Amino acid sequence: MTRILTRLLGRLPIGWLQLTHSRGRLIAALAGVAFANVLVFVQLAILGSMSIATGRPYDFFESGLMISAADADSMTDGSNVARQWLFQALAHPQVTAGAPLFVGNVTLQHAGTTMSLTTFGVDPTQPAFLSPALRPGAELLTLPESGIIDRLTRGLDPQDAAAIGPSWPATLEVRGRTLTVYGSFEGGGGFGVDGFLVVSDQTFLKIVQNRQTGAPDHILLALAPGADADQVAQDLRGMISDRTLRIRSYAQARAEDIAYQQTRRPTGIIFGFGVIIGVLVGLVIVYQVLSTDVADHIHEYATFKAIGYRQRFLLGIVLEEALILAILGAGPGYLIARALIAGMRKATNLPLELGTSTAVAVVVGTAMACALSGALATRRLALADPADLF
Amino acid sequence: MGADEPAIAVAGLNHWFGRGEASKQALFDVNLVVARGSLTVLMGPSGSGKTTLLTLMGCLRDVQQGSVRLLGHELAAAPERQLVAMRRRLGFIFQAHNLHESLTARQNVLMGLHVKPRRLRAAGDGAAAHVLGLLGLADRMDYLPANLSGGQKQRVAIARALVGDPEVVFADEPTAALDRDSGLNVVELLKHLGRTRGMTTVMVTHDSRIIGLADRVVTLEDGRIDAAAVHG
Ligand SMILES: Nc1ncnc2c1ncn2[C@@H]1O[C@H](COP(=O)(O)OP(=O)(O)OP(=O)(O)O)[C@@H](O)[C@H]1O
Ligand SMILES: [Mg+2]
Repeated sequence: MTRILTRLLGRLPIGWLQLTHSRGRLIAALAGVAFANVLVFVQLAILGSMSIATGRPYDFFESGLMISAADADSMTDGSNVARQWLFQALAHPQVTAGAPLFVGNVTLQHAGTTMSLTTFGVDPTQPAFLSPALRPGAELLTLPESGIIDRLTRGLDPQDAAAIGPSWPATLEVRGRTLTVYGSFEGGGGFGVDGFLVVSDQTFLKIVQNRQTGAPDHILLALAPGADADQVAQDLRGMISDRTLRIRSYAQARAEDIAYQQTRRPTGIIFGFGVIIGVLVGLVIVYQVLSTDVADHIHEYATFKAIGYRQRFLLGIVLEEALILAILGAGPGYLIARALIAGMRKATNLPLELGTSTAVAVVVGTAMACALSGALATRRLALADPADLF
Repeated sequence: MGADEPAIAVAGLNHWFGRGEASKQALFDVNLVVARGSLTVLMGPSGSGKTTLLTLMGCLRDVQQGSVRLLGHELAAAPERQLVAMRRRLGFIFQAHNLHESLTARQNVLMGLHVKPRRLRAAGDGAAAHVLGLLGLADRMDYLPANLSGGQKQRVAIARALVGDPEVVFADEPTAALDRDSGLNVVELLKHLGRTRGMTTVMVTHDSRIIGLADRVVTLEDGRIDAAAVHG
């Protein structure tokens, strides 16, 4: 290792030799860096799973534009919109079709377990608004009190759920009614819900209280091929008399919702802070280690200065130490975080993942944070006055 | 620089420590010329200003008033960049050895070489081994300082100062940690390098046997050179 580094640096790897010379300090420093890494990795995985969970319902539908209420900060939040806006929007020459979308949380019983499902009421006669995965089930939804269920629903055996089909239906109990499930699709749990359920708008109104045909949660609009969604949205904002409505392209709605979850919601902010705290913990630990190291070797550094080495050379030694800590600490940090995240995924059914690109970004970030700590620690080098050596 | 120019020429040098009321003058109108290739010993009671004078001549302290010419360059008001460049032509032997505890004897010595121009750096391991050998450390080259005796550590520090072929060596009681024989051995080596390579040595010492080997002895008293006591 010393040889490789000598080659790489074109000088003796003093930082490396110094770090490995005091094993105890090295191990403590690496544990600190790894701990900071674990914090950052886990928080990022949670943040990532929040955006996946927030964006997921958008995968179930296909739409050009979406009209939502002013307070609809996600697909599952906010007030209703009046169906009459759907008819007004259809007057735009580039709006080719529209469909209401109802959303509600429904508590159901299945085989003795209670689950809370985000339930969508859709127009089964307009399957074009459903994702390709859901489209084949649209016809089944025309049957009274029928539905298709998320086979990854928490509390459902995934194999049993995958077996559900028209010839092997399952039943759910909801407010004294029986709902027959004729098919399944792939969704996945989120924060606060166990899974998803898709039913017809008629069925939706039966199983969800206090909802009316005239007031869906969102309006989906299909656009003519080649239409500019943002332009049409702007036109509609001028045409529709309710100026408080949010009229956005479907893609924009999704992006805004994810951003809202991550930056405005307490959960998003808390986990975002977690990332920052992880970074700070790492910074402080590395700074502490490096500045102690500099203080302990102040006479040796002063000697180097007396011999004729420049400040830059001393800085190089400290940065070398910082980068070695960052790189060596990242490995164990990554492995521990992966194990933790796998455990959490199992326990929560949340889409927790630690992507390679995230991992690389964190390691690069750690290296930069360590370099920053190193640079701060070298301020103490200014105290190394060679005149004090005699 | 002319060949007959002295290695060091100090003229009208005054030096103060501290500012304002608390200011204390450590050197008073010091004038001194050190010939190339000579071994000059600085002596005098504690607090007389020996170390202060040494660090001023060795570019480790800024000249406040007066003139110090080192190897033909004026140090007063010289920019830091030039002082660093000058230091690379010098060798320092400190009272404390100040070896890097994580580097072996050989690696510590190499650090004295790596700062030099490429031409000298190429000598590398061979030069380090040679100097360590001269100082009787041939069998200790790959030891860490923790595994060396005080005298051995001091000799490694001396090797570090000498490996880069310095033009002037400044030493502050370099033999304090050495027994008499190896102390004399070190001084003989310095004198030898003076004869063969024109290396100039300025050394602070109280050791009377070393004083006997000096080309010249300069005595400081209360920050002034005692003119009557200058020999040689
Ligand atoms: N960094 C400093 N700050 C303030 N005063 C100092 C400093 N260094 C030295 N002095 C003072 O300057 C004077 C000369 O000190 P110097 O260290 O040069 O003496 P010295 O001859 O080397 O003594 P010694 O034999 O004890 O090493 C002394 O009075 C000392 O107290
Ligand atoms: Mg002294």
